[in-house]
Amino acid sequence: MSKIHVSTTINGDPTEFLCEADESLLDVLRDRLQLTGAKEGCASGDCGACSVEVDGRLVCSCLVLGAEAEGAEISTIEGVANGEDLHPIQRKILEHAALQCGVCTPGIIVAAKNLLAKNPDPTETEIRYWLAGNLCRCTGYDKIITAVMDAAAEMRGA
Amino acid sequence: MLVPESLYQRRTIPQLTWEENAMHYAAPETAQEASRLLAENTGSARVLAGGTDLLVQMKAGMVKPDLLVDIKKIAGMKDITSEDGGWRIGAAVSGSELGDHAGVCGDWPGVVEAFELIGSTQVQGRCTMAGNLCNASPAGDSVPAMVAANAVARIAGPDGTRDCPVQDIPVSPGKTSLGKGEFITSIFLPARGTSGGDAYLRFIPRTEMDIAVCSAGVSLTLDGSGTCTAARVSLGAVAPTVLLVEAAANALIGTNLDDAALEACGAACAAACNPITDKRGTIEFRTDVAAVLAKRAAKIAQQRAGGRS
Repeated sequence: MSKIHVSTTINGDPTEFLCEADESLLDVLRDRLQLTGAKEGCASGDCGACSVEVDGRLVCSCLVLGAEAEGAEISTIEGVANGEDLHPIQRKILEHAALQCGVCTPGIIVAAKNLLAKNPDPTETEIRYWLAGNLCRCTGYDKIITAVMDAAAEMRGA
Repeated sequence: MLVPESLYQRRTIPQLTWEENAMHYAAPETAQEASRLLAENTGSARVLAGGTDLLVQMKAGMVKPDLLVDIKKIAGMKDITSEDGGWRIGAAVSGSELGDHAGVCGDWPGVVEAFELIGSTQVQGRCTMAGNLCNASPAGDSVPAMVAANAVARIAGPDGTRDCPVQDIPVSPGKTSLGKGEFITSIFLPARGTSGGDAYLRFIPRTEMDIAVCSAGVSLTLDGSGTCTAARVSLGAVAPTVLLVEAAANALIGTNLDDAALEACGAACAAACNPITDKRGTIEFRTDVAAVLAKRAAKIAQQRAGGRS
């Protein structure tokens, strides 16, 4: 059986790839397109380390098939920074030391960016619930929440 | 210590032929074509919408479909449309899409809050009510709320389309009443009417992202004096399928939801419960808490209907 040909858009760039029917979008991004920012944590939709946006909606790329990307607009962590200029969320994560091992960090940044696009002024509780699907086993979350709140404040002021 | 040679030799995995190993993916553009693919499949075809149950089950090896029929390319699957005063919700509408729809949120807040309780933000970006229904878990959060709302599933199949009340779709854990080649294309939430309200509550031992230990949905209508003229009460996770408890609804109808009516409603719910004891809750706990949740959900529905709290 031949592979499936998929035409999609990733971080604004028209992209084509071939994949197997049972191959996840995460595997396509990492193994076929060398976009290794999204991480495989649990591979079952629990940890959020593989978070990407598909047509503006936050999803776990491990629970999307590569074939489903046909015609979609996909945004990954690789599209968050503007060249060498970090996104405010990325900068604040560093400033607040809101990461240790860093495996959850790309997913958290993608998820937080998706939240702030929808709600520029979230409460701490709203951020905690929004990021409840992004597990971090290092930080204890407080620094992550603080960093996102600080980034939101800066982005509102900008 | 010497490591046995067999452990560090590269393991050779037996090559399966495509016939044994293959899973095919199809994304038909019409319901008729999807239905035909499902009907003609002699193996283990599955319908793919949000995939938040199916892909997890596939990864866990619980299911090994030989064909996935992705229904998201079919026209209307992502649409929310006004119809006869109610709302028709396409089978591929995700939780976050429904939550963004002011009209549905205004008319059926209980259905929306139930649906939005499922999983994380990431799961909400994909999960669908039709999928939650067809997963046929007794604990699916959106199902009791849809049953209370008197929602109707529209089904496409080899013989055309048919409508089926949501409560008649699940028949036992993991099993639905859908026939060969049939799949749900939309869920219809009927006209809310004036002075109506609905609510859904579940018990979980944490604050979010958990499976309901038990749950209750209530939808009711009040008249000008605040008397309940119509009600539907449903319970989740206390029986092999979601329960529609008519005796509990009858306890509310004709009253203004005074304490005696609520007690009678709760007692009817407790009597209807037929739960199991498992690691998430005992029979006694589920029975007691389901009755409490039904009473509380009735009060919230009453407030939303504009009645006195």
